[in-house]
Amino acid sequence: MTNQDLRQAQSQQPILDVQGLTKLFGGVKAQDNISFSIEPGIVCGLIGPNGAGKTTLFNMITGIYAPDNGQVIFNGRNTRKMAVHQLVKAGIARTFQHVELFGSMTLLENVLVGMHVRTRCGFWGAVTRFPWVNREEKAAVEKAESLLEFTGLIDDAHKPAGDLPVGRQKTAEIARALASDPLLLLLDEPAAGLNAVETENLGQLIRAVKDRGVTMMLVEHDMSLAMGISDKVIVLDQGRKLAQGTPREIQNDEAVMAAYLGG
Amino acid sequence: MQEIIQYLFSGITTGAIYAVIAVGLSMLYSSTELINFAHGEFVMVGAMAMVTFWVHLAWPLPLAILAAMALGCTLGLLFERFAIRTAKASNPIVLVIITVGASIFLRGTGMLAWGKDPFSVPSFSSHESIEILGAALLPQSIWIVLGAIGLAGGIHFFLKKTLTGKAMVACAVNQKAAWLSGIPSERMAVLAFAISTGCGAIAGIFIAPITMSSYDMGTILGLKGFCAAMIGGLGSLWGAFAGGILLGVLESLGAGLISSGLKDAIAFILLLLILYIRPGGLFAAKEAKRF
Amino acid sequence: MSDKLSARSRARIENSIFLAAVILLGLVTENTYYLQIMTFIGINTLLALGLNMLMGYAGQVSLGHAAFYGIGAYATAILSGTYALSPWLALICAVGGAVLVAFIVGLPTLRLSGYYLGMGTLGFGMIVNILFREWSSVTGGASGFVGIPVLEAGPMVFMSGKSYFFLVWAVVLAAILICRRILRSRMGRALRAIHDGENAALAVGVNTHYLKLKVFMFAAALGAVAGFLYAHFVLFISPESFGFMVSVKMVTMVVIGGMASIWGALLGAGLLTLLPEVLHGFAEYEMIVFGLVLMLVMIFMPQGLTRGFLDIYHASRKKRQ
Repeated sequence: MTNQDLRQAQSQQPILDVQGLTKLFGGVKAQDNISFSIEPGIVCGLIGPNGAGKTTLFNMITGIYAPDNGQVIFNGRNTRKMAVHQLVKAGIARTFQHVELFGSMTLLENVLVGMHVRTRCGFWGAVTRFPWVNREEKAAVEKAESLLEFTGLIDDAHKPAGDLPVGRQKTAEIARALASDPLLLLLDEPAAGLNAVETENLGQLIRAVKDRGVTMMLVEHDMSLAMGISDKVIVLDQGRKLAQGTPREIQNDEAVMAAYLGG
Repeated sequence: MQEIIQYLFSGITTGAIYAVIAVGLSMLYSSTELINFAHGEFVMVGAMAMVTFWVHLAWPLPLAILAAMALGCTLGLLFERFAIRTAKASNPIVLVIITVGASIFLRGTGMLAWGKDPFSVPSFSSHESIEILGAALLPQSIWIVLGAIGLAGGIHFFLKKTLTGKAMVACAVNQKAAWLSGIPSERMAVLAFAISTGCGAIAGIFIAPITMSSYDMGTILGLKGFCAAMIGGLGSLWGAFAGGILLGVLESLGAGLISSGLKDAIAFILLLLILYIRPGGLFAAKEAKRF
Repeated sequence: MSDKLSARSRARIENSIFLAAVILLGLVTENTYYLQIMTFIGINTLLALGLNMLMGYAGQVSLGHAAFYGIGAYATAILSGTYALSPWLALICAVGGAVLVAFIVGLPTLRLSGYYLGMGTLGFGMIVNILFREWSSVTGGASGFVGIPVLEAGPMVFMSGKSYFFLVWAVVLAAILICRRILRSRMGRALRAIHDGENAALAVGVNTHYLKLKVFMFAAALGAVAGFLYAHFVLFISPESFGFMVSVKMVTMVVIGGMASIWGALLGAGLLTLLPEVLHGFAEYEMIVFGLVLMLVMIFMPQGLTRGFLDIYHASRKKRQ
């Protein structure tokens, strides 16, 4: 993304607008008045030392925690009263720091579950199997297979997800998240537990996902990945936003250096 | 008025028994996170042991009480050793079913040992009732209430003041941390079992003189004990105690003033209300896990 | 794709074997007592199937499921016995009523989890049972309800051992097919996802509370159908057939057979119906042996018999190699 693209993107309405988020855990401020916005189509890195509140922030954006103060505007809508599944339907998907695939189900089935909010067959549909149900099922399977193809997992489509090596499981989580046609994808430490080659492949996959027009936020400890792939970086430290800018700006930021090096 | 006082007296009496049952369940839950569906059967064992030791064998009362308690504790220890500890499962449903199996087993054993006929046990002291504001108060009620308070107080003292008791509380709060600091958490679980089933037996000893005792008396008492423990807040000693008294009083008032057929339903209606409105129980400090 | 196809054709084969076995047993058996036992196994299988969907897949324990069984039985008894409604209309009312009650009770209860959910359903089951016992002007009270009509459909009268056997097992077969269809569908995948990881299921957009509620209602409906079949089979019902111990027995069928397995539900229902019959020979030892068997199975085969036997089989095969 060139600077011109970035400026163009910034002139659009942000896809995610976080305004003054605060979260208390038993009196401790896990999040202290955090504000930022994310333009559509970019990759935004979220970095910071352990305990900086990155996962907490993800949990608030995805509706798992309710903020004590502040609000999240997603795609022009205030998400305050929306349940987790409604947010997924609105277009927020995520992956987990520790792989949370459905272990006893096949990869294909995992991706199909990811499509839950985009399909509608319920109890009566399952029992009667009207033609629309079969059509929906067929389309869903085709889409799931194309996603597995896209992520390079098609060979393992019918293996139980729990039997796969960690690297493939991590990729599979991305495939499952993409199945819900997200506008915004939150990746929580996608490279954790991966070796160098796998991390390299992951970087390529993230770029390919970006080319599909999905906006992404990623929490990452692997600095070369985070800096190499992000258009914008936000630094958190002890629940506060320390800095935000392009990767280059962040690398030269004194406050960030102090937080990372000086403790 | 006189009627209401009478209901209160009998309510507090049964309430004290529920309280003792609930305290036992609650203790076990807080140290092992297990709900023992066989708990009511230990109440039955306590009551039936009184029939044997005191009525049939004519042992002196204190000795009979001690023997009945010892029987309850011993059975609890055996149950822990041979069923719960051997179980490979960590799934709570499976553990619950093991306790259900134990409950059926104990009931069957009770039927074999004491037959199907109900027994009555005399009051601990003279039968003369005391009259207060026109309502009759049985001496047995005083025994029961004092005994229940003494028992709960004793457990409170044990948990708060003795080293073993404190270790047990530590296990309840965080088993791993307790184990790391050198507390033999397994032995604490055994102890919790013995105290818990002992409490059950004591409830049986208390209840024997005021009701007919038979092999199948335990189930409903155990369930009422759950209700009491849940009302007060599972895992809290005085919460369970207060829950028991509250349940006993409301049951007695409800049965007397509304309809006697309603008596058994009151406990469960209260249970549902508590679960919906305040799942942590009335007296629990912290919110219960609802996930 | 081939794996999936083979799973599907395996299911077809299993169903065919099952169907053939049922027909064969029904045709060969002449002894009324055996037919009666097998009919009871069928009724219990219906109960276990519903509860298995709730426990095995949605991961929710219900300790009050006998309430729905009782609602089905009493609804048809009262409507067709007291008010002389057609039993088939009564069936619709019974199932509808049970589903409605499940909805009302499940809405707040299913937000609870673990033991709290167990206690909530237990309380509900007890209240319903007390209602059966105390509302004697309508239910006949503790002494039971007499005067339930025999089922008829046109020229068919479901009374003799064989006709009722086939009626019950036809319903069981239909229930098995429905369960399988659900499990293979979008709804079933979401259920299995909850079973594997509830938080992850929530995070990928499954409305877990709503789904649990749906399964609870489905299990209630199957329970009510089983109650209906039970009432018109024994023609006399009393509150103790739907008490706490019956709820526990239902849970036990599911766990003993093996959770999250349709054939496990059948196995569990079969064993728990047969065991007391076999144990009659033990007379006063019956309860002791029953309790002991229950404990031993759960201690040594916590995954249930289906998995337990499979493990033993695999172990012995490994040894031979």
